[in-house]
Amino acid sequence: MAELRFSNTHEWVKVDGKEALVGISDYAQHSLGDVVFVDLPSVGDTFSAGDEFGAIESVKAASELNIPIGGKVIAVNDALLDHPETINKDPLNTWLIKIEVASPIDLSHLLTLEAYEKIAK
Amino acid sequence: MNKTSLYDQHVRLGAQMVPFAGFLMPLQYTSITAEHQAVRQSVGLFDVSHMGEIFIKGPESHALVNQLVTNIVPLGRSEKAVYGLLCNEMGFVLDDLFVYPLAEDEYLLVVNASNVAKDEAWIRIQSHAYDVIIDNASDRYGQLALQGPDAEALMIDKFGSQYAQLRFMQYATADFEGAQVLISRSGYTGEDGYEIYADPNTVAKLWDYFIQERHVTPCGLGCRDTLRFEGALSLYGHEIDENTTPLEAGLKFAVKFEKEFIGKQALKTEFEAGPTRRLVGLEVIGRGIARADYEVYADHQKIGRVTTGYLLSGHQRPLALALLDTKYAQIGTNVDIMIRNIPVPAVVRDTIFMDKKYKR
Repeated sequence: MAELRFSNTHEWVKVDGKEALVGISDYAQHSLGDVVFVDLPSVGDTFSAGDEFGAIESVKAASELNIPIGGKVIAVNDALLDHPETINKDPLNTWLIKIEVASPIDLSHLLTLEAYEKIAK
Repeated sequence: MNKTSLYDQHVRLGAQMVPFAGFLMPLQYTSITAEHQAVRQSVGLFDVSHMGEIFIKGPESHALVNQLVTNIVPLGRSEKAVYGLLCNEMGFVLDDLFVYPLAEDEYLLVVNASNVAKDEAWIRIQSHAYDVIIDNASDRYGQLALQGPDAEALMIDKFGSQYAQLRFMQYATADFEGAQVLISRSGYTGEDGYEIYADPNTVAKLWDYFIQERHVTPCGLGCRDTLRFEGALSLYGHEIDENTTPLEAGLKFAVKFEKEFIGKQALKTEFEAGPTRRLVGLEVIGRGIARADYEVYADHQKIGRVTTGYLLSGHQRPLALALLDTKYAQIGTNVDIMIRNIPVPAVVRDTIFMDKKYKR
């Protein structure tokens, strides 16, 4: 069963075979406040681990999004364009992009939920 | 880091506390949007005790205040506060402020928290030739802002019906449990409302009354900024600063050339030639939210910058205030805002993002 892994920039990734979903943590959505806008990449864009892949904006400010692991974007969660507030309601089940993960898959720099919660509070 | 007398109350209410102008202040208690709506639809209470209060007293205080401030300050006790700018000789804005003419020889200047030390130093330098006493009383005063359509009824209950008689910018004093309170029908939200000045202890008592007994929504600095932005009210450090003149920022109404003041010559020259930049409204047509300091382009050149921008509920598109070259300041002009290195189309519009609800 796939488990969420967290980056220290507050994104999560959920790897399932060669694909992975990417979202933001509960701490991130709480710090941002009301999310009103997401700026996501296009299908086909390729990123290396740590790259900025888009931005998320709350009422008060814009924050960049960094991709926890490298890969190619194969889907974008278009529902968020009209309903970005979904991210506030259920951050760990709201994905932003789906990627085809670059191999070999390396999660060693990412944190388990338990380890992440120790740094993000 | 300074704390206002309400710090513990904010923490107990679950506020997200952030540093602002040397103070730990509440950014939000629940959400900026919810607090914004509370002020627009009913009423909200702000702790704005970080604001500065500087008294100018003495036989020549009226002359000094008028020399310092761009607007006309009447002599002696006046029932109305005056909004004005503190400018340097070049006409650039050192601060914007409210003046309460309390007596022939006593004027209260309410200034931005971020500028208290600078303003005090400036006023002291300018005061050398005047017989005055400068008293920076910021530590001895707290301030609450009760804002929204239901503010008047609450004030009547607490202080009496005479405070419903006040019109926008009028003020009066009240005795409250042995303390002197200054009540001003003003605010920074575009709504009807009141600003209440008193010693920190009294401010804390009034806060507890409105929050605990009357269940007023506590409001943080987050929505204070979205509300003042929707009302197109300037914020020092954004729309106005030491590189901006009041004329560029659309504050000509607070600059009176029929009197003398520091910066008058420079501003008069600028007025006659026409300011080279103007504060305008922008409506973002493309995808993206304009934010402070984003660059604005037209004809392949930089023509200005965004000073504040938000996507607010109730507005279909993101809005912004921007300082643009006058040539591009006409309503309807198409421009591009650089958002994360991508030009996003926007159009120049007026700055009337809402109808202000002042009781005039």
